[in-house]
Amino acid sequence: MKPSKIILFILLSGAALSFLYPFYWMILASLTPEAQIGELGIVPKELTFSNYTQMFSKIPIWRSLLNSTIVASLSTLGVLVFGSMTGYALAKLRFKGREVLFFTIIFTMTLPFQISLIPNYILMVKFQWVDTMAALIVPALNNAFAILMFRQTFKSIPDDLIDAARVDGCGELRIIYQILWPNIIPTIITVAIITFMSSWNDVLWPLIVIREEHLMTMPQLVTLFAVGGRAEPQLGVKLASAVLLALPIIVAYAIFQKHFIRSMASSGLKG
Amino acid sequence: MSAPRKKRNPLRRTVLPYFVVSPYLIHLLLFVLFPVVFSIVLTFHKWNIISPMEYVGVDNFLRLFQDRLFWKAILNTLLFLVVHIPLQIVVALTLAYFLTQKLFIRGFFRASFFLPVVISGVVVTILWQQLYGMESGVINRVLTSLGLGRVEWLTNWRIAMISIAIMATWKNVGLYVILFLVGLQTVPISYYEAADVEGATAWQKFRYITLPAINPTIFMVVILSTIGGFSLFIEPYIMTGGGPLNSTLSAMLYIYKQAFEYYHMGYSATLGLFFALLIMLVVVVQKFTIESDD
Repeated sequence: MKPSKIILFILLSGAALSFLYPFYWMILASLTPEAQIGELGIVPKELTFSNYTQMFSKIPIWRSLLNSTIVASLSTLGVLVFGSMTGYALAKLRFKGREVLFFTIIFTMTLPFQISLIPNYILMVKFQWVDTMAALIVPALNNAFAILMFRQTFKSIPDDLIDAARVDGCGELRIIYQILWPNIIPTIITVAIITFMSSWNDVLWPLIVIREEHLMTMPQLVTLFAVGGRAEPQLGVKLASAVLLALPIIVAYAIFQKHFIRSMASSGLKG
Repeated sequence: MSAPRKKRNPLRRTVLPYFVVSPYLIHLLLFVLFPVVFSIVLTFHKWNIISPMEYVGVDNFLRLFQDRLFWKAILNTLLFLVVHIPLQIVVALTLAYFLTQKLFIRGFFRASFFLPVVISGVVVTILWQQLYGMESGVINRVLTSLGLGRVEWLTNWRIAMISIAIMATWKNVGLYVILFLVGLQTVPISYYEAADVEGATAWQKFRYITLPAINPTIFMVVILSTIGGFSLFIEPYIMTGGGPLNSTLSAMLYIYKQAFEYYHMGYSATLGLFFALLIMLVVVVQKFTIESDD
């Protein structure tokens, strides 16, 4: 290796360490007795699981894991099903108002969410959806970004395929899900990863519409375990809940790393 | 699109597209258009949700312009952006440039830079709150072991927002590394080879070949991190609660507090509307500035 490459390698290793070590420290600290966290370095002196057992007894973390899984899965399913319907209509069907609808969707993407946050909360109050899963799921079932992704992909599919299916007597919905979906797997994966991740990591909206502990999503429960009146005083116990929140994503990322990077980069490129 | 051979009921054919887009139309009406209209209605009212709405004319706007804390929150958010965006571009571009070189375990480096991007901001904030600790925080322990002094990362009002901006950069930079990497790979290697023949310096190559090629990427990074930065909420909410001395009170955190701690729905909607218009204005100005730079 050339000397310049060795220097580069050392610099990159230092950078990688600065991104990885904090997570290593957090996992280790969550397994360390409270008194020893302060001088924790690289190798632990003593490991304990008591932070986790205490955390399990204090907050319904498994329930929140289940809630988050339900909310993120149903939101993702909705975005895939409805997003491909709208994207298909914009790409392949002719109807009055199609262009208007298309530009409306583009326009809604430029609207900052700050404008609709309070009115949407009031809507949830009026629907009596506060403290129900509906408040977390129903507004998330459609997504402008996903519609545009589907529209773009469907445009590249030849009309012949759709016409042939129609001749065979397929309805439009069967065309979308049975004929077209198998041809657009990469788009489905991208939309699914982005939607699932943003739902899983969202915390502002749950903080607003959910007050009951057993309905809280995981990031929300962990947040309220970290700050405010119900905050946990013991650092190790608090960190244990953060580790558990990060773990499902770390595992998924370790397995599907390339898909995560590709999907999120393409969302940035198109957004 | 050619017409299908087997024609069905013509009425069905005209109605069908509207049926296909109906889930989105309902969503659009309920969760996008209604809120926008209703937020304008709200700005002229005082309302705590429980008692009836009370018409107050332009009082909310007058109050907004005199609300020192709101302007402080806007300035705090801008300070965050001013630190965060340049830092993000420099770090992302540097790391992306390193990654264009053919290196052993390059994929591992890329994956490790990207890890914080996929992890919840809640986890990252709880973690960094500890790293920033005054006595036993990892960062101050490293600084003291190097013979440097401790830094009051979160307790000094002059530093706290900068600390949050550094953390946000650490969290997001991996995404921008990937975007810059894509941008850098669009530059043909022959350009650099030609520049080498002409005897160009590294800086000249960067300024006249690389920079013009990645200008669209820089624009995208600026816009994305501006929009993201204006939404700054959970980081100060968890880390500092807006303190010390309101120095990390972001605009979004202030709007949240007005709505859900004091139940000033009308006023909070006014702040939200004003803030949204400000965001759109900033993004448009950025767009024109960067495009006229070309």
